[in-house]
Amino acid sequence: MTANTYPIDNVRADFPALRQTVNGCPLTYLDNAATTLKPEAVVEAVRQHYREESANIHRGVHHLSQKATEAYEAARDKVQHFLHAEQREEIIFTSGTTAAINTVAHAFGSTIHADDEIILSEMEHHSNIVPWQMLRERTGCVLRVIPITDDGQLDLAAYEAMLGPRTKLVSVVYVSNSLGTVNPVQRVIDAAHAHGAKVLVDAAQAVACRAVDVRALDCDFLAFSGHKIFGPTGVGVLYGKRVLLDALPPFFGGGDMILSVSFERTTYNALPYKFEAGTPHIAGVIGLGAALDYVNALGLAGIAAHEEDVRDYATRLIARIPGVRLYGTAPEKAAILSFVLEGVHPHDVGQILDTHGVAVRAGHHCTQPVMQRYGIPATARASFSIYNTRADADRLAAAIMQTKELFG
Amino acid sequence: MSGASDELYQQVILDHNRTPRNMRALLGATHQAQGLNPLCGDAYTVYLSIDGAGVIREVAYEGHGCAISKASASMMSEALTGRTVAQAHALFDAFRGLVMGKSEATPQDCDLGKLRVFSGVWRYPARVKCAALCWHALRSALDGQGATTTEDKL
Repeated sequence: MTANTYPIDNVRADFPALRQTVNGCPLTYLDNAATTLKPEAVVEAVRQHYREESANIHRGVHHLSQKATEAYEAARDKVQHFLHAEQREEIIFTSGTTAAINTVAHAFGSTIHADDEIILSEMEHHSNIVPWQMLRERTGCVLRVIPITDDGQLDLAAYEAMLGPRTKLVSVVYVSNSLGTVNPVQRVIDAAHAHGAKVLVDAAQAVACRAVDVRALDCDFLAFSGHKIFGPTGVGVLYGKRVLLDALPPFFGGGDMILSVSFERTTYNALPYKFEAGTPHIAGVIGLGAALDYVNALGLAGIAAHEEDVRDYATRLIARIPGVRLYGTAPEKAAILSFVLEGVHPHDVGQILDTHGVAVRAGHHCTQPVMQRYGIPATARASFSIYNTRADADRLAAAIMQTKELFG
Repeated sequence: MSGASDELYQQVILDHNRTPRNMRALLGATHQAQGLNPLCGDAYTVYLSIDGAGVIREVAYEGHGCAISKASASMMSEALTGRTVAQAHALFDAFRGLVMGKSEATPQDCDLGKLRVFSGVWRYPARVKCAALCWHALRSALDGQGATTTEDKL
């Protein structure tokens, strides 16, 4: 599919939030890296669950519970196929990327000892930093950090020099939420495996804009959130290789993750339930399934082509505004533009853009080490998705010009 | 344009953002404290020089933040110079009431004067902390505490 045949009008019509005006202007939603809007199909799937099949799952003697269980487990199959995972048991539903990473930090973390090394990168989201610092507190392990280059790429030479016999895990982001960089995770994984280390990929920003194949990548763990791929908030996925998940202890204990419980001894349930204690976000999982159906129907190849077109157009437009400096100019980038307007704090940029109906994020984007790396307190970030157009980029550029004028 | 550009970014605020007054470290300060907004990373250190009679002789600050926080610090420094510590506390209460949209909290005898340009801030909940940041640092300095964050108390 080329950009010309991409059904942009249909896509826009599928997202009810786009029909509103903000401050008298049509909504220009460019905060997709924070969360994406939801298509009617997802809203309807969640609504339908609550209206017609609201019941708890895996306790299926009655009709509604069976319906809910089927829908919930069907969503697991959808995720399995979406990620090209070998087995459905490798798909664990969590509350989001953060919960998925914390699960690995505890379950895989139980195999980590003092002086073992975990490699992260300087462009990680706080959710892929703090759980490992907490593990360091518990175990005395060592965290090593892959530096980033001036244009926002991983310094792979530095990374490869860090790998060694003590390296137990490499946990890196696929697509940077603050710089937009698409990291060469295949090379990261291959290099780690050559040293016997496992790899966790934070795919929160990646899954909505590029095909992710966990078998081709051969990653050991991968995490993403539903709400960044047009699904509900409060639901996410941890993928893990079965051989690893089978061997690891559970993180949360509770109902549904057991086979039998007595005060003397508890037997854990099989995968994936071992890692899904308690009643999960059933409606959220069903909504995520609907979101993946939506993305599959549109096709990730067409999505990628469309977003590349809008990204390149927006980049050209924004970069030529005097006083604008872009952060994150790697050759491989998602449609995320992080920028600073000279003399105007990013929060003020965000506030004035809002008066034009343009929604962007301003701040450190939960990546304070990235801000420290570039010596800036914050950036404004415009992130584009499947329903954004060149006209959205035009409105962004015009609003930046107005901001310049006001603060001039 | 309308909304924030009128209510929030008034000319006086834009002017103080462009040319902030008293923005420097104050050597020999008798009181100082840091103010940090962990949500956005805005950070200032507020310095006071208070004489033996309890009169604030000099106010200065350094740090970084948005136009609202910077203009607020700048105008606070002007408003406090020459006031007593008791008056500074009263002005803190009055300013906090103003930016939170609770003007009934303003004491009758406390004149906010130019600071009333911040009267539109309460309509923008995300920005209330920006306007109040340096004022919280001020109070921490007066109370002899080294640091405060906007998450401690609004």
